[in-house]
Amino acid sequence: MLNLFDPEDKNIDLAWCPGCGNFGILQALKRTLTELEIKPESLVLVSGIGQAAKTPQYFKTNMFNGLHGRALPVATAVKVCNPELTIIAEGGDGDMYGEGGNHFLHAIRRNPNLTNIVHNNMVYGLTKGQASPTSRKGFKTPVQVKGVFQEPFSPLAVAIALNASFVARAFIGDLKQTIEILKEAIRHKGYALVDIFQPCVTFNKVSTFRWFKEKTYYLKEHDPYDRLAAFEQAVQTEKLPLGIFYKHPGKETFEEGIKAYEVDKRPIIERISDRQRLAQLIKAKR
Amino acid sequence: MYKTDYKNNYLSEDKQSTSLVIGGEAGHGIQTVETLLTRIFKLGGLNVFATKEYMSRVRGGSNSTQIRVSSKKVLAPVKRIDILIPLDKSALPHLKDRINKNTIILGEKEKVSPEQEILDVPFSRVAEEIGNLIFANIVAVGIIAAIFKIKQQIPLGCIKKYFSAKGEKITQGNIAAIKRGYELASDLIKKGSLAQLSIPVPDFSQDIQEEILLNGAEAVSLGAISGGCNFISAYPMSPSTGVLIFLSQHAEEFNIIAEQAEDEISAINLALGAWYAGARGMVTTSGGGFALMEEGVSLAGMLELPIVIHLAQRSGPATGLPTRTEQGDLELALYSGHGEFPRIIYAPGGIQDLFYLTQQAFNLADKFQIPVFVLTDQYLMDSYYNTMEFKLTKMDIERYTRKTKKNYKRYQLNKNGISDRGIPGWGEGLVLVDSDEHDEHGRITEDLSLRTRMVDKRLRKLKAINENTISPELAGNKEYEVLIVSWGSTYYIIKEALGNLNDHKISFLHFKQVYPLPSETEEYLKKAKKVIVVENNATSQFSKLLKLYTGIEVEHKILKYNGLPFFVDELIGKLEKVI
Repeated sequence: MLNLFDPEDKNIDLAWCPGCGNFGILQALKRTLTELEIKPESLVLVSGIGQAAKTPQYFKTNMFNGLHGRALPVATAVKVCNPELTIIAEGGDGDMYGEGGNHFLHAIRRNPNLTNIVHNNMVYGLTKGQASPTSRKGFKTPVQVKGVFQEPFSPLAVAIALNASFVARAFIGDLKQTIEILKEAIRHKGYALVDIFQPCVTFNKVSTFRWFKEKTYYLKEHDPYDRLAAFEQAVQTEKLPLGIFYKHPGKETFEEGIKAYEVDKRPIIERISDRQRLAQLIKAKR
Repeated sequence: MYKTDYKNNYLSEDKQSTSLVIGGEAGHGIQTVETLLTRIFKLGGLNVFATKEYMSRVRGGSNSTQIRVSSKKVLAPVKRIDILIPLDKSALPHLKDRINKNTIILGEKEKVSPEQEILDVPFSRVAEEIGNLIFANIVAVGIIAAIFKIKQQIPLGCIKKYFSAKGEKITQGNIAAIKRGYELASDLIKKGSLAQLSIPVPDFSQDIQEEILLNGAEAVSLGAISGGCNFISAYPMSPSTGVLIFLSQHAEEFNIIAEQAEDEISAINLALGAWYAGARGMVTTSGGGFALMEEGVSLAGMLELPIVIHLAQRSGPATGLPTRTEQGDLELALYSGHGEFPRIIYAPGGIQDLFYLTQQAFNLADKFQIPVFVLTDQYLMDSYYNTMEFKLTKMDIERYTRKTKKNYKRYQLNKNGISDRGIPGWGEGLVLVDSDEHDEHGRITEDLSLRTRMVDKRLRKLKAINENTISPELAGNKEYEVLIVSWGSTYYIIKEALGNLNDHKISFLHFKQVYPLPSETEEYLKKAKKVIVVENNATSQFSKLLKLYTGIEVEHKILKYNGLPFFVDELIGKLEKVI
């Protein structure tokens, strides 16, 4: 089926392995955006580096494919300079939680109105199979020879601890629910984290499609406005809940907190600074 | 294009300037004394130049501020101290190398416990009589203003302005302190203690009153606003923080987004995101912070995004001397960022340069879609002086972005290498930028022949960049035998030294743009029988650059790297040995 966000070049060479969870996420995101009636011209996809971060390459829209780990600062700046654009920052678990870990923390604190999609397959793909921050204990790789022994990074628990405005997890094995979660995340005003479980068919022989299928379930009778309950769900490690863990609507966004937007709501890029005022400021130095 | 057009008179002999130094520990009000006195002198029609050296601590230690007061402009520090005001015990030992037999020391014997003769002035006792010890420094301000024959209403006006926010009681106390200072000075003169000082009091000048008085950080900030800067992201780091503070404080009135980033990596990525979205962004940092930004410089090179980088140098390596000066990061800026791509590096010589070059940095970054550096240092950032008011009429914000059409290609290959830069959401086209090697649309590619063409495209901009270089400024005779060469902040120090040397065979060539080197560089160097490079670093980085691009090896180098700028009197001595 043709999608508004499909690139014109039909021969685009996708860099993913057959069966990769990225295909599903690509499709889910395109369908979400179409259903939300977002225009390619008013959307910017910002990504870092990694197999997941290649997703914007296969879109017809504005793209900023920057450096490893650095999608969030770029995405934050694009949003604050032009709040009229829809912004999605996308990447993998190594990109967002490892190399970009500090930016992840501070993007949540700033709360720009954007969606942060993290493809979480618990392994490094592009560098060929090393552990990622979310790899589970005991996971063996050519580098973690005896298996990972560090505590895995828990993105949802960290985000809830930081009082993020929207925290959710999806599994790409369920396209329909993933689209629903993405829709709500993009519609949400404020920073929205969607951590998406995906299998890596080449490098993660532990957390396979079947493994995710068996481990995950959807949150039921969960109050997403209850932060402590959300945290409790986020720290589960045996069974892994999916769905919207936490919502904190009404939190001031980064853009709203910027003085230049207090009175004048036009994007700053459309304004010209006041030359007369500048002349006065210079004169005041007399 | 910015050309130097300010002509100042420099003292050929230093008989009409007084070097006043205030010393004391951090947190004890040196800053207030400096702010007030510089303003008072200037409003009194005297030229002022102030610079400070301080330790990396919030309280304690021993710091000093030098204020040179003069009839003709002097814009550089001297080692010599004519009048010294020690505010505590630490000041005299800290400054002992700079005190000579003619230095007049005004202070409280009891507080300073001097080894040498000082003129005992009871600042504290007078302050206590007024009602609070905190007025002691202001009594000293009053005495100094009186010595320079400044009309009393000038310091009183400054006091009212400066302390108005602190309430009526504090303001009245400080006013009383100024008045008592004037009385004390008059008593001392009557008694004969001050009459013997014979301080040269220069003629007052109307023009000076109309000039502006500001420091380097303010000049960079005002230059940035005038260049259309509407975004700054930075992580606080001495001596670059002043620019972040200034722009943050004026964010609302000039539509500037100012954000303190979690680290320097974030800061530069934020600024690049801002340029991509259509803003004009800058970062301000120092050596260690800039080291973290390097991957972002490379990203700007690949994405062909403009970025203005204010790099205020301090003594390195690592943490070095955090609050002191050095010209040690020229090579860092020059070679920063992996891969090959063009850039411009400016090295302002003084406050006028700081303003106009920062402003120009925004226009040229936008024009060529490259990183442009404004390379300053602690000495420049923290120096104050009165200077001609900046002219806004000359400068327009030059914009180079265009509304995109349907089939817009961000990296369209063309003759000069500069493709139209579109902004997302502005026009019908889509704007794709990619840190991977990319095709004309901005999508990832491993077409190796396209790779070669893209590298060539990016480097092709160098031709136009080279046609826009700022010529070095020659001071002195066009026919010279000896040529002193420098870059950046040493400008006025050397210029004053040159005036003192008063030898028509010696000229001075100053570079405000250090990269790409202006094409006439070689010609200037070749003409000289002897070239002397003066730099605030240990390895003469600029000589190496000159050798690389002109093939000329500079034999004589005068280098200083103890964390302080050159002093004019010290430099004269060093130059005389080499000439």
